Amino acid sequence: MYRYIINRLVLVIPTLVGAAALVFALMRLIPGDICVVRLASGGGTFNAHAVAVCHAEVGLDQSVPVQFVNFVIGLFRFDFGPSMWSGKPVSEEILARLPISLEVALLATVIAVLIAIPLGTISALKQNSWTDVVVRTVAIAGIATPSFWLGILVILAILDITQAISGTPWMPPIDYVSLWDDPIRNLSIVICPAVTVGYRYSAVTMRMTRSAMLEVLREDYIRTARAKGLIEKLVVNRHALKNALLPVVTLIGIEFAFLIGGLVVTEQVFNLNGIGRLFVLAVQNQDYTLTQALVMLTVVVFVLCNLIVDVLYAWLDPRIRYA
Amino acid sequence: MTMMRGVCAAGLAAILTTGAAGVVAAADAPKRGGTLTYVIPADGPPSFDGHRETTFATVHATAPFYSVLIRINPNDPGSTTDFVCDLCTQMPKPTDDGKTWTFKIRQDVKWHDGSPLTAYDVATSWQYVVRPPEGMTSARASYFVMVDKVEAPDASTVVFRLKFATDAFLPGLADPFAYVYKKDILEKDPHWYEKNIMGSGPFKFASYDVGQSVKGVRNDDYYRKGQPYLDGIVGLFAPKQAVRVDAMRADRASLEFRGLPPSARDQLVKELGDKLTVQTSDWNCGNLITINHKKKPFDDVRVRRALALAIDQWNGAPALAKIANVHTVGGVVFPGSPLAAKKEELQKLTGFWPDINKSRAEAKRLLKEAGVEGMSFELVNRNIDQPYKFVGTWVIDEWSKVGLKVNQRVVPTGPWYEAMRGGTFDVVVEANCQGVVNPLMDVGKYLPHAVYTENYGQYEDQKEIDIYNAMIRETDFAKQRALIRQFETHVLDTEAHAIQVLWWSRIIPARSYVKGWKISPSHFVNQDLANVWLDK
Repeated sequence: MYRYIINRLVLVIPTLVGAAALVFALMRLIPGDICVVRLASGGGTFNAHAVAVCHAEVGLDQSVPVQFVNFVIGLFRFDFGPSMWSGKPVSEEILARLPISLEVALLATVIAVLIAIPLGTISALKQNSWTDVVVRTVAIAGIATPSFWLGILVILAILDITQAISGTPWMPPIDYVSLWDDPIRNLSIVICPAVTVGYRYSAVTMRMTRSAMLEVLREDYIRTARAKGLIEKLVVNRHALKNALLPVVTLIGIEFAFLIGGLVVTEQVFNLNGIGRLFVLAVQNQDYTLTQALVMLTVVVFVLCNLIVDVLYAWLDPRIRYA
Repeated sequence: MTMMRGVCAAGLAAILTTGAAGVVAAADAPKRGGTLTYVIPADGPPSFDGHRETTFATVHATAPFYSVLIRINPNDPGSTTDFVCDLCTQMPKPTDDGKTWTFKIRQDVKWHDGSPLTAYDVATSWQYVVRPPEGMTSARASYFVMVDKVEAPDASTVVFRLKFATDAFLPGLADPFAYVYKKDILEKDPHWYEKNIMGSGPFKFASYDVGQSVKGVRNDDYYRKGQPYLDGIVGLFAPKQAVRVDAMRADRASLEFRGLPPSARDQLVKELGDKLTVQTSDWNCGNLITINHKKKPFDDVRVRRALALAIDQWNGAPALAKIANVHTVGGVVFPGSPLAAKKEELQKLTGFWPDINKSRAEAKRLLKEAGVEGMSFELVNRNIDQPYKFVGTWVIDEWSKVGLKVNQRVVPTGPWYEAMRGGTFDVVVEANCQGVVNPLMDVGKYLPHAVYTENYGQYEDQKEIDIYNAMIRETDFAKQRALIRQFETHVLDTEAHAIQVLWWSRIIPARSYVKGWKISPSHFVNQDLANVWLDK
């Protein structure tokens, strides 16, 4: 197993280099110039000299191959340089936002798992009953409803309900505070986006749990377990659910990785200054260094999530060996 | 009422702070204390350096920490000509035939680190604005082509020596981005102010959380005794409009200073009633339709004139104003300026005729004469709703009424600039957005590329440059006004180099307990917040 993990980690290197080359090339194919966007963003005036000074500052005066070599060297040193937009180190820009996205992703995952696995299991056990219909309807609604739209509705509902109750509308704070500084305030900020995202996440996971459970419940070993007189709770929990969780765990891993950088619109709706919002900003401003670093971060998160999923596979299904 | 227009949204209760209401407010005695929380519709400023940046995100986040030499009167910011001292003691009269301006600097001003501010700081800051050293940029250096030297002969005097007298100088000097920085710091590290804040303004910098908030506390040593009234300020960055509107509704924020569209205003008025005040003004920003003269058939002035003649600005303005941040029909000069064209003057120009049927008939005739009846072309637009996409969609509909088939291509800001700078577009929706109203400089956008590098019309026009050069050097108001009319006629009518469409409308809803702040025609102006107080 350890050898497998080390092999997987080594394989990360070519994956990162491939992704780096791809994002480096793609960013430079987008028409536009960060210096022009920056100098003209407020409607001000600028000239060729100002653009040239800006190019020199952000390293765009160098040839593209030199820029790529510098980028790759920086990649191996874990030094992506300064953001072309703000001049601050890219690591500083990302670290300021990462805890927010991480917290929402974790909370959303917990919410999704708590909802999806019990409901998905019940739905499968009571296939075609009214319970199953209700669970499937909730799941389909979750998949069909965009998180950002749900987020807008949640905020409006909070405003309207609090206004109706107390006469004064209330909404969660729009400036993030860390969990360690003020846990209550922090929770009031992240709970709405986490529930909003968690609902969609749980809907997908619920459907996967249900279909995996239905498949497993028809297996011979389940019939055998029941035939030998094992109580239903043990049949479901020990034999069916554990095996049905294999595809569910894969899904949870992928979804979690997606949430780290993918909460683009949800973060905007709730004014969360997370990685998703930073991603949009970086692409919009054509901030090559920041975009490249964010893509690298996303790749690393996906690779790590996949690795964790693989390790969990072995735990869930002892037949799986990676040696 | 051109400058300060009241609004009444859907007949719902809102206190309209117009010029008259401002007089009533002035009678209230300011209360001290409290923290003003406002939203800044951006993800954060690229840097804190006002000399370098052009975005309102920088000025909204940092102006309260700095002083400037002169400014638009904060008690009369709607004026385009009422300049008052900030760091100087008295507005000077120029000498040497208008070429020398001598400012005496207040001696009671302290930096936030406790050291005294002198004329040397002011002069050095202005030297950096006017002519930045190698490796530095100044976003507004081009506004100061008339400045020859900035000197500080002693610790209390700053002298600006001009190459030629011009009325463009004083409005330029009131630039709200022209923060006065400490000479020692600038000389040690000219980039220091990009990432740090240390000024002499009404508030001291307290903290900045990247992309989250900027905070300041009252400067007890502020040189205007009694000000600021607030204990502190908090600027929250919130790029999404829905968040800002909800935050104001829930009183998480009291206002935003850039401007909300009519729909957001109406929603807030409906929700908050008399807990909200709304200030409105014409905005020193206007959309213009830039035509690529190097693309056929737009090299033909008849085609360019036809494009202008097809647009019914007079009837379009009131309709669009209900849904978009636009309001006033105007020429090349901000409508609130004394130098702006009057309605009867405008109506003589191509694109502003009062009879739209006659105008469109002429457009069709010109297109037929040019052999391009029913032609198709592409309008490039920026992917910003307010008001770009509204204006773009509107003009396409107007053009369809003379048989033109226009496809709108909406692109992000980067590719939008790329298309304009590369000259790869047919026609593009642009904006001319300026700060302090300075008509002589603000019309620079219309000058050919050889003079004004950010003109994307791809044309050269020596006659236009000659008129401009005469105009910028003319200090007699009547003659200056006549020259501006000549310039305007040449640009919009004779050559139809571009089409000036509607001037924007600035709408600022605020919680009604916010007092003292008055709207101006620019979202860059009047942002030091020294005179703001909370009636709670």
